[in-house]
Amino acid sequence: MPQTTPLSWYLVLSAVLFVLGVAGFLFRRNIITVFMSIELMLNAVNLSFLAFSYHLKQVDGQVFAFFVMVVAAAEAAVGLAIILVIFKNRATLNVDDIATMKD
Amino acid sequence: MNYYLLAVIKAVMVVAAVMLTLLYLQWIERKIIAHIQRRLGPHRVGPHGLLQPIADTFKLLIKEDLLPPGVNRFFYVLAPFLAISLSLISVSVIPFGPEIEVAGVKTWMQLTDLNIGVLFVLAISSLTVYSVVLAGWSSNSKYPLLGALRSAAQMIGYELPLGMAVAAPLLMSNTLSLRGIVESQNHYYGAFFPAWNVCRLPFPQALGLIVFMIAVFAETNRVPFDLPEAESELVAGFHTEYSSLKFAGFIMAEYANMITVCSMATTLFLGGWLPLWPARHGSDYFPVAVFVFFGAVAVYHGLHPARRRDAWSLRGFGFLLWLAAGVFLIPPARQVLLPLFWFLSKTCLLLFAFVWVRGTLPRFRYDQLMRFAWSFMFPVAVANLFLTGLLVALTS
Amino acid sequence: MEPALFLLFAAVAVVCAINVVVQRHPVSSALALIGVMAALAVEYLLLGAQFIFAAQVIVYAGAIMVLFIFVIMLLNAGAERRTHGSLIARLFGGPLLALLLGIIGSVVYVTFRRGPAVKFGAFTGGTAEHVGRAVFTTYLWPFEITSVLVLIAIVGAVVLAYKELE
Repeated sequence: MPQTTPLSWYLVLSAVLFVLGVAGFLFRRNIITVFMSIELMLNAVNLSFLAFSYHLKQVDGQVFAFFVMVVAAAEAAVGLAIILVIFKNRATLNVDDIATMKD
Repeated sequence: MNYYLLAVIKAVMVVAAVMLTLLYLQWIERKIIAHIQRRLGPHRVGPHGLLQPIADTFKLLIKEDLLPPGVNRFFYVLAPFLAISLSLISVSVIPFGPEIEVAGVKTWMQLTDLNIGVLFVLAISSLTVYSVVLAGWSSNSKYPLLGALRSAAQMIGYELPLGMAVAAPLLMSNTLSLRGIVESQNHYYGAFFPAWNVCRLPFPQALGLIVFMIAVFAETNRVPFDLPEAESELVAGFHTEYSSLKFAGFIMAEYANMITVCSMATTLFLGGWLPLWPARHGSDYFPVAVFVFFGAVAVYHGLHPARRRDAWSLRGFGFLLWLAAGVFLIPPARQVLLPLFWFLSKTCLLLFAFVWVRGTLPRFRYDQLMRFAWSFMFPVAVANLFLTGLLVALTS
Repeated sequence: MEPALFLLFAAVAVVCAINVVVQRHPVSSALALIGVMAALAVEYLLLGAQFIFAAQVIVYAGAIMVLFIFVIMLLNAGAERRTHGSLIARLFGGPLLALLLGIIGSVVYVTFRRGPAVKFGAFTGGTAEHVGRAVFTTYLWPFEITSVLVLIAIVGAVVLAYKELE
């Protein structure tokens, strides 16, 4: 165990979480779980931003992470409203059942 | 002294104090509501019912610990844990006093001072929604689910006015750390008028304090906003299916939340542990005077021939109060006890307001409650913040 | 002690992330995602980003995820049914993801091998004052635009989910 954590560990953690988010996005069939995998990807990217903000000793990475959070909030609100409307129309949350544009 | 050992000792002391206060806060609430309603309250178990909380705890402990069929076991057990731990974590950043020196060890009367202290408390309070939602959903029953969803919507809706009401004194104190906020209120106008945030010059935050108190009534699910746990509406809301120690956990969490938010209001608005007028004008002897006065009242009533049944208990309490007055005169104990006295008296005033409102007001209907949050509280809080910002910018 | 803290919370984050992807019921996935966010918040604190730590817990774990949980409970859809997915995704998805992880990992390893170390407390520019100063001076224009974006999102969400009164 080294005395301090190397920066690469943070970036590898970010990569692992991002890949897990992509896996959830590709393999899950429930639309809300797919949406949550997108949020997981955004969190992984936030970690990368903050790791580089530490590395470059600038606050800009943290400002970017802050904006990512704000945009994620807006996207979650609109996305969940769309999911509500889809559920009202199709009565299912399965991605395969709502894949076609016709009823 | 070793940093970790000191931290552990302080943490143990604070947690013990908070748990004891929780227990007797229930007794105080029942007694005050009873006297508001012109009855006696608990008076059989111990003198004046003082052992009632212990009897209640014992009763809850020996009840059967149910696990209803069909519950999601992990979340059912997690919810009361989450409720208590979140409500106790917030106490760790509240300042109870200045830097003191006890037996050669210099330390602050605060468990830890984060320089984002206010944000930390806001973060913990926004996580308490989850204990309610988890309890309601995992109970696999419709009344808890409805109660949990209503309670969560209420807590989220009132978080916004809460945040705005908290932001206004931050503009005046210019720091996020709770210790810094109390320090920034540590001056006096004209040598005797306190500069607490509620009465401080660019813009007295009286309206902010009122908005904060109403918002925390809703955050802690207390009357008049306790529809989600009202007996006549939803059986018992989100903790219907809980029994024994887990139910005790939710009750403890509710009282711990009350204590936390009253401490926050004291720190943000009422000057924390600062005295009402400066120490050099004699405010150090005010606690002594208060205790001597109330001791005299208790002893007078104890000696009165009409109160024969309470004679010995009242005289005993009077004597104990005089003893407390004496303790306040010992110099080494004063530096610890004086800030604690001021902090606790302000917090207890706010807790009394909580109990007073419970005994007096009827509860809001759910749609009235939500409309009140979005149509009235939020604009008022924004207006307060705007005026504060304007006046602070103009005067500095 | 910092590597031990980092590894502990990284392990919590990865286990919860695997739970997000693997759990059948959406509520369990959502609660696992909250676990990921809380663990990541502590990681942000280890990197010296105090304000982002508080913002992550308040905004992400305390508001966005509550919205998710509300919608899941409102729709009450239950555990996921097994349906056929896209065949291409199942065939090529796994290997491609492993390839992605391998590429990123090797780039990181090559670039940061004798890398800078993260020492808790070495970067003090992450306080609320620094972030606020940057947001309100250098990044004022994006800040105002994102506030308009959030307003658009609120209006859009209300319009979409509004029940038509007959």
